[in-house]
Amino acid sequence: MSENSDAPPAAEEPPGPSSGLRFGAMSPEAYWRRNIVCVLALLTVWFLVSYGCGILWADKLDATRTPGGGIKLGFWFAQQGSIFVFVLLIAIYVVFMNRLDAKFTGGKS
Amino acid sequence: MSVQAWTYLIVGLTFALYIFIAIRSRAGSTGEFYVAGKGVSPLANGMATAADWMSAASFISMAGLISFMGRDGGVYLMGWTGGYVLLALLLAPYLRKFGRFTVPDFIGDRYYSSTARLVAVFCAIFISFTYVAGQMRGVGLVFSRFLEVPINVGVVIGMAIVFVYAILGGMKGITYTQVAQYCVLIFAFMVPAIFISIMLTGNVIPQLGLGSTVSGEGVHLLDKLDGLGKELGFAEYTAGGKAPIDVFCIAMALMVGTAGLPHVIVRFYTVKRVKDARMSAFWALLFIAILYTTAPAVAAFARTNLLSTVPGKSYSEMPEWFKKWEDTGLIAWVDKDRDGKIDYAPGKVFTQADKGNRSPIHKVGDDGEKVRVDGGQLVVENDLTLGPNELYIDRDIMVLANPEIARLPNWVIALVAAGGLAAALSTAAGLLLVISTAFAHDFVKKTLKPDLGEKGELVLARVGAAVAVLIAGWFGIKPPGFVGEVVAFAFGLAAASFFPAILMGVFSKRMNREGVVAGMIVGILFTASYIIYFQFILESENPKAHWWLGISPAGIGTLGMVLNFCVAWLVSRVTPPPPDYVQKMVDDIRLPQVD
Repeated sequence: MSENSDAPPAAEEPPGPSSGLRFGAMSPEAYWRRNIVCVLALLTVWFLVSYGCGILWADKLDATRTPGGGIKLGFWFAQQGSIFVFVLLIAIYVVFMNRLDAKFTGGKS
Repeated sequence: MSVQAWTYLIVGLTFALYIFIAIRSRAGSTGEFYVAGKGVSPLANGMATAADWMSAASFISMAGLISFMGRDGGVYLMGWTGGYVLLALLLAPYLRKFGRFTVPDFIGDRYYSSTARLVAVFCAIFISFTYVAGQMRGVGLVFSRFLEVPINVGVVIGMAIVFVYAILGGMKGITYTQVAQYCVLIFAFMVPAIFISIMLTGNVIPQLGLGSTVSGEGVHLLDKLDGLGKELGFAEYTAGGKAPIDVFCIAMALMVGTAGLPHVIVRFYTVKRVKDARMSAFWALLFIAILYTTAPAVAAFARTNLLSTVPGKSYSEMPEWFKKWEDTGLIAWVDKDRDGKIDYAPGKVFTQADKGNRSPIHKVGDDGEKVRVDGGQLVVENDLTLGPNELYIDRDIMVLANPEIARLPNWVIALVAAGGLAAALSTAAGLLLVISTAFAHDFVKKTLKPDLGEKGELVLARVGAAVAVLIAGWFGIKPPGFVGEVVAFAFGLAAASFFPAILMGVFSKRMNREGVVAGMIVGILFTASYIIYFQFILESENPKAHWWLGISPAGIGTLGMVLNFCVAWLVSRVTPPPPDYVQKMVDDIRLPQVD
């Protein structure tokens, strides 16, 4: 599903130096820019999953079913799937921001 | 042991626990009273937030609501969880970095304006009272249904408990009681759900039971449910019925409203670091998701049970739980066509001359006993509709009767009572704290008497909490008839006021005092007048025909929010930018702490 295609910002980050030195610490502007990009990417998924899959496209998705065949896909997104994705989105955000913070403060956090 | 003995025991034990925790965590300073000394761990804060957020309505009514709405009910599931994504990504970390005590604190300082602060105080108090009235009523209802005490006695007992721990412990006491309350409520919700799932589908995990096949039939549960409904003339359970534009707007108003509710936001002030604020948002949503992904399963299980046991049968064939809940007025049958069979069909049973009273009115004989028809069912005196439906079902029964439907032991029934009380009390306490801090801190200390000392403020906060408990209790005993109708109000107002104001405060350095005050006022006035018009003024057989753009009052907060953004932006462009020190403050809020 789409969360996979938008998630990569977390993985794309080059592994920065995480020693105690301020070497490589980023500027406040760069920090804020990356934060915004991450938030926008995650909110795009948030929107597509709930308003898209759960509401606007739900009827079309209902033609397909979840693995095992028990639940129509649109129904599943409206009642369970979007909630699972929400939890996942916050998890990705927490990991991404913790790394970004560590880079910004030069590993001291 | 009887159900009642078990209920007294379990409810008594949980209450003793709450009081014990409160005495152990008394607040000694305003910092402890308002934000628990900012020393709560992310895990504990996540649990406390989950209990704070999940009210009596989430616990008792939501599954039932969904089981009558089918797929459209997803709007509540998504709406009440999606807001946490907004909260975690857009608000919580920055508010924690800002690090004061309340939401009006942020608005007042960021927009360097006591007018903005006062508007925020007014919104916080109004939203919280709207909400708390329903919680106190919920406490009374649980007491009356499970312990057969009058509703008002239940409300008073609930008030006394909240009184003790909110006033003694402030946020510190509330936080740790909420952790305990979360454990009670989630256990109470999951146990019956798991057993019903096993009974119906053989699957131990109710979330998966929703997609499983019915035991011994080889047909998927939801397909069976669609089929059962179709025979009786209902729309397919898994198909949507509402207009997408309205569903869209309601979901948005609920999400944005959730993110803007002051009693939820303030929980993120209670952790040590910005990092912990993000982490506790994750825990909070995870803990909420456990209940929220089970609720649709409970809804489908309960409806399947109902449709396969009740319609077309006679009263004497009804299981025990049917008769028990008939007695409490949650279920009623009127044999309109006198064929001795319970006919269940779409549409209402009773006409609703009085908007506030939808429940059955039992006929009482001269001896004070409720009158029964020969066949056995209670006689109701409501005016009947001409439609074919003969069965009245209160949505709350879908959760309340679950343990009996699954034939679970008496202690499980008692547990559900304790869970409902935990859900209602935890939410009520969080709301009361918002009211007391808005009054003592934002109104008196920051606006009226800046020279008030720490001790005086603490006393005032306690007095504020006490008065708020009393007012909330009064609302619970004498509920204004519109309580149920105005929940949309709380969300709509939060969506149209706090959410845009805080968001712009963090993400737009150019946003100034003039813009935000104008935006909040326009947002609130627009949302409030739309809801008031449709709820209280318009008298029409078909109010839907009058909706703007097809948006119901429940979804109008979305438009209010958009208006708020537009007005704030326009006004801020033609008025001076915020002073330098405020812009510096915004820069500081955006960056992580270096400790």
